[in-house]
Amino acid sequence: MNTLVIAEHDNSAIKEVTLSIISAAKELGAITLLVAGNNCKGVANAGALIDGVKKVLYVDDVIYTHQVAENIAALVASIASDYSHILAPATANGKNFMPRVAALLDVAQISDVIKIESADTFARPIYAGNALATVQSSDAIKVLTIRATAFDPAPVNLTSASIELIPSAELFNKTILNDEALNLSQRPELETAKVIISGGRGLAKGENFSMLEDVADKLGAAIGASRAAVDAGFVANDMQIGQTGKIVAPVLYIAVGISGAIQHLAGMKDSKVIVAINNDEEAPIFQIADYGLVDNLFDAVPELIKELA
Amino acid sequence: MKVIVAVKRVIDHNVKVRVKADNSGVETVNVKMSMNPFDEIAVEEAIRLKESAGVSEVVIVSIGNKQSQETIRTALAMGADRGILVETDQELQPLAIAKLLQCIVEKESAKLIILGKQSVDMDNGQTGQMLAALLGWGQATFTSKVELHEDSVDVTREVDSGLQSLKIALPAIITADLRLNDPRYASLPNIMKARRKPLEVITPTELNIDVTPSLKILKVCAPERRTQGIKVATVTELVDKLKNEAKVI
Repeated sequence: MNTLVIAEHDNSAIKEVTLSIISAAKELGAITLLVAGNNCKGVANAGALIDGVKKVLYVDDVIYTHQVAENIAALVASIASDYSHILAPATANGKNFMPRVAALLDVAQISDVIKIESADTFARPIYAGNALATVQSSDAIKVLTIRATAFDPAPVNLTSASIELIPSAELFNKTILNDEALNLSQRPELETAKVIISGGRGLAKGENFSMLEDVADKLGAAIGASRAAVDAGFVANDMQIGQTGKIVAPVLYIAVGISGAIQHLAGMKDSKVIVAINNDEEAPIFQIADYGLVDNLFDAVPELIKELA
Repeated sequence: MKVIVAVKRVIDHNVKVRVKADNSGVETVNVKMSMNPFDEIAVEEAIRLKESAGVSEVVIVSIGNKQSQETIRTALAMGADRGILVETDQELQPLAIAKLLQCIVEKESAKLIILGKQSVDMDNGQTGQMLAALLGWGQATFTSKVELHEDSVDVTREVDSGLQSLKIALPAIITADLRLNDPRYASLPNIMKARRKPLEVITPTELNIDVTPSLKILKVCAPERRTQGIKVATVTELVDKLKNEAKVI
């Protein structure tokens, strides 16, 4: 059995989530890594060093610069017949193009896989993680998006797998990228951060997130937010953690002023250690927190900054 | 221009679901059902486009059991024009749903299809993209802003590192994210009016689509529960626990 993994990258570096997808793929068979991008030879070189990768296919074309789903899906579908499994991370990008790949191949797609039981059987959360479904596929090609937090990242080797340049698929010319407004942060990415501090409605306004920045500086943490904080305009959408935002599972998750709606819990309840700081002792977040502090966050957070100094 | 919106009847998102004792699924008897929240946003967007951007008709399509008629009526009460139910008691999978929608889209010759980005029951998030692939159309998923023009649509999408804006030549597929709009509540007179709006009922067989699923759900289990933690009294105690007990800082 041959497994195709689609690398997530920004044309210059491979995203760490890809390493976790490769770990998942190792349970299925010999791995080919596809790097589709523009000026992405460096990404292909880095991919060839990941443990478990037997071969890297890469495509260098301006049409793949921004991972437009129509083009990536056509490319993946064009090489799919060589593989029994096609895997991509369940990121915004993977979720965008993988169902399109599956439909082009006339097979089902299985979303957000957290466990590979066998070559045809997979476990995935449903109902915001309030239930786990075990599903068996009878399709010839299994198209899976993988929840990266459920698998440890694969190590990187010193020896390189072979790298092969392959041709582009036909351009889909009806979708054009106008603009990208990306928030470039020096902090770790939420999906792979070891420590995350998140703020909710309790922060009251966007400026107050600067307190969390100070904590994040001390702990080398990423900063997240609840849907309430994003909807209220305190912070940008890419910080949202939850059922419909990002799914995270850091070693330490600190929830500040977050009540803990089930949709938020769905995005972080697999964190190793959860800390909750909230002035409402009835807040549902305390039911899943390992350490709960019932306190006014505007007192507690400055104190925390001092304690960590 | 005609717009089609696909809606799904799901367990209300405020209900805490319970897994059935025999692990065959989740309890649905006497459980409150409602329209998938992302589909409500999709319906709202279509109605706004009708109010402001020259859309002539908003058609609601649902695929599900007889009770899905109620969900369609909800969308009609919000302001959509008519409904189509593809009635089936079988729990269909996204690919089959996309194929049924494809049939209807082709029959109706709609130019724009809006769907919720995912349904909050199975959390698949696939139908819109699959439909786009089957039709060979452009797609915009996780959309937070839509500007409709005569031959194209400009959309802003929420992606992992920020926002992306696309121009897609019509016909096109859009899937709605949370921040696209705040859906309206239907007024009582509109709920009454919606009862008289046309609602056609057809079956998958009439559309000649094979809906046999390729995925079999072997079991559904409750997730492992986290053990209840402790309350700490002070920040000092918290930091001490994190350093010396959990050893995570």
